[in-house]
Amino acid sequence: MTEEKLNLPADAFDPLPKDEAQDNENIAGPSLSFAQNVWLRFKQRKAAVISAIIVILMIVVAFGSTPFINKSTLVKSHPQYANLPAKVPGMGAINGLNGKIKQNGKWVDAYAQNGVPKDKYFIAGTDYLGRSLGQRIIYGTKISLIVALVAAFFDLTIGVAYGIVSGWKGGGVDNVMQRIIEIISSVPNLVIVVLMLVVLKPGIGSIIIAIAISSWTTMARQVRAETLSLKNEEYVLAARSLGESSWKIAWKHLVPNLSSIIIIQTMYTIPTAIFFEAFLSFIGIGISAPETSLGVLLNEGQKNFQFLPYQMWYPAIVLCILMIAFNLLGDGLRDAFDPRGQR
Amino acid sequence: MARYLLKRIFYMILTLLIVATVTFFLMKLMPGSPYANEAKMTLTQRQIMDQQYGLNKPIWQQYLIYIAGMLHGDFGTSFQYSNQPVASLIGARLGASVQLGLQALILGVVLGVIAGAIAAMRQGTWVDSTATVISILGKSVPNFVLAVLLQYYIGLKLGWFPIAGWGQFSQTIMPTIALAVGPFAETARFIRTSMVDTLSSDYIELGKAKGLSRMEVIRKHAMRNSMIPLVTLIGPYAVALMTGSMVIENIFNVPGIGEQFVKSILTNDYPTIMGITMVYCIGLVVILLITDIVYGLIDPRIRLDESEA
Repeated sequence: MTEEKLNLPADAFDPLPKDEAQDNENIAGPSLSFAQNVWLRFKQRKAAVISAIIVILMIVVAFGSTPFINKSTLVKSHPQYANLPAKVPGMGAINGLNGKIKQNGKWVDAYAQNGVPKDKYFIAGTDYLGRSLGQRIIYGTKISLIVALVAAFFDLTIGVAYGIVSGWKGGGVDNVMQRIIEIISSVPNLVIVVLMLVVLKPGIGSIIIAIAISSWTTMARQVRAETLSLKNEEYVLAARSLGESSWKIAWKHLVPNLSSIIIIQTMYTIPTAIFFEAFLSFIGIGISAPETSLGVLLNEGQKNFQFLPYQMWYPAIVLCILMIAFNLLGDGLRDAFDPRGQR
Repeated sequence: MARYLLKRIFYMILTLLIVATVTFFLMKLMPGSPYANEAKMTLTQRQIMDQQYGLNKPIWQQYLIYIAGMLHGDFGTSFQYSNQPVASLIGARLGASVQLGLQALILGVVLGVIAGAIAAMRQGTWVDSTATVISILGKSVPNFVLAVLLQYYIGLKLGWFPIAGWGQFSQTIMPTIALAVGPFAETARFIRTSMVDTLSSDYIELGKAKGLSRMEVIRKHAMRNSMIPLVTLIGPYAVALMTGSMVIENIFNVPGIGEQFVKSILTNDYPTIMGITMVYCIGLVVILLITDIVYGLIDPRIRLDESEA
C-alpha cells in the first residue's frame, strides 16, 4: 500500500496571533489548596450552606440565651398563664399565632379567656404550668447541642486516637483492640445507653457518659481502616526512616490525611446523638424535671396533643430542623471532601 | 470457611458472656430496690423474699447461678410480675416484636429499593430530587415523632386504622410504617448511590449494546449488582428496629419486648432488664454472623477467611 501524499498549500493554514498562543501556557488562577477546593465545592451545595447557617444560628441563639434562660427561670410557673397558645405581636389575623385556639370547632381567644394582660405575648405559647414554651424550646435546643458537642468530642478524641493506635500498631494490639470494638458494637448502642442510665442517675451527666461509651466505635473503625492504608504510603515511610517518633507521624502526617474522614464521620455522629437524647427523654429515662430538653417537651406535648397540638408541634419542628440541618451539612461536607463519590 | 465460622462463633459466645457479666454487675450497682413497698416490709419478710429470689447469697454465687441458668434458657424470675419466669415473659412478647420488625424491614427495604432505583434511573430530574428530600426527611424526623403524628392524624382524625393495641393486622399497620421509615430512607439513599455507580459500568453498556431492553438491563444487571451491598446494612437495620421498637411499641401499646424493656427499667425489674438485654444481643450477634455468611455466599469476591485482618 502506497501512502498518498497530502499536498496542502501553506496558505491553507491560518496562523494564530502570537499573543494568544502564549496564553495557552498561562495558568489563569492561582493554584488552590485542599481547603480552598473543599470550600469551593461546599459553597455549591446550597442545602448544605443553608444548613450550616441554620446550625450556627441555633448555636448562637441557644448559647446566647444563657443569661436570660436558665434553670431558675425554667422552673418558675405561672398557673394563670397555663396552656396559652402562641401569640406573636402583629400577627392578629392569623389563627394559631394570635392567641386564639380552637375549642369545639370555634376559634376562641385564650388570652382574653384567662385574663392575661393585653401586652403579654408568648411567641410559642405556654405549657401546662404557664411556662413560656419558647424559652423551654431554646433551653432544650441548648441541651441537644451540648449532647451533640459532647458526642463530637468523644468521636474526635477516643474514636480517632483508638483508630490510629489500632491501625498503626497492627498485629496483636490491633487484633485485641478490634475484638473490643466488636464486642461493644454487638450490643445495640441504645442498650448500653439505657443500662448506663439505669445505673447512674438520669440526667445530662449520665447521657454524656453513655454516649462516651458507645458513640466512638464507628469513628474508630473508619480511622483504623484508613490508617492501615496510609501507613504504607511513601511519605510515612520517609518520615519513619528519618527517625520521626510515632507521635509526630500520627500528628503531622496521619491526622491531616485523615481529616476528611474524621470531619464527615463527626457530622454523622451528631444527629445520632441528638436523636439518642430526645429518644431517652421521650420515653422518660433521660433528662427529667426540673431540667428540660426537646425530648421532654415532646413527651409533655404528646400527652395533650389532641387539644393543644402546638405543644408538641413546636418542639417537634425544632428537633426536625436540627436533625435535617446536621444531616444535610454532613452530606454537603462529604461531597465537598470527597468529590469522587457521586451524589 | 469452617475455621472462620468456628472462630466467629467462639467470639460470639465470648461477646455474649462479657455482655452477660457486665450487665449482671451493673444491675447489682443499680440504685433502688426491687421491692415496691420496701419501707412497709418487716425484716423477716425481706429475708424470706431475698431467699426466694436468691438475693441473700454472695454476689459471685448469684453470678454463677445466673450464668448457669442462662445456659439452660433460664433468665430468673421477674420482680415485677410475681413468680413469672423472665424467659416465658420474653417468649410471650417476642412474637409481636419480631413480627413488627420483619414487617417494617420488608416494607422499608422494598419501598426503599424501588425509590432508590427510580431516583437513580431518573438522575437529576424532579423525581430524583423528590426521592432525595423524602429520604433526608425520613432520616431526620425521629420515628417517635412520626408515630405520634400518625396516631393522631391517621388513627384518630381520619380513623383509617385502630390507634393502638395488638391482635388484628390493621393494628400493626401504623407501627410498621413508623418503624419502616428509617430503613426506607437508608435503603433509598444507599440503592441510589449504588445504582448510579452500577449504571455507569461497562457491563451495563454491554447489555445495552446487545440490544437488551431498558427494563431487562435494569432488572437483570443493574438491580442485582446494586443490591448485593445492601446485605451489609441488615445489621444496622436490626439495631435501628430494636431501638425503635422500644418507643414505637410504647406509643401504640404493642405487647412486645421493647415495651417490656422500658417498663422494666422504670420498675427496676433487674432480671427482666438483663434477660431482654441478652435477647437483643443474641439477636444482633446472630444477625451479624448470618449477614457475613450470606455476603460471602452471594458475592464470591469476598473471601471470609481473608476478611480477618
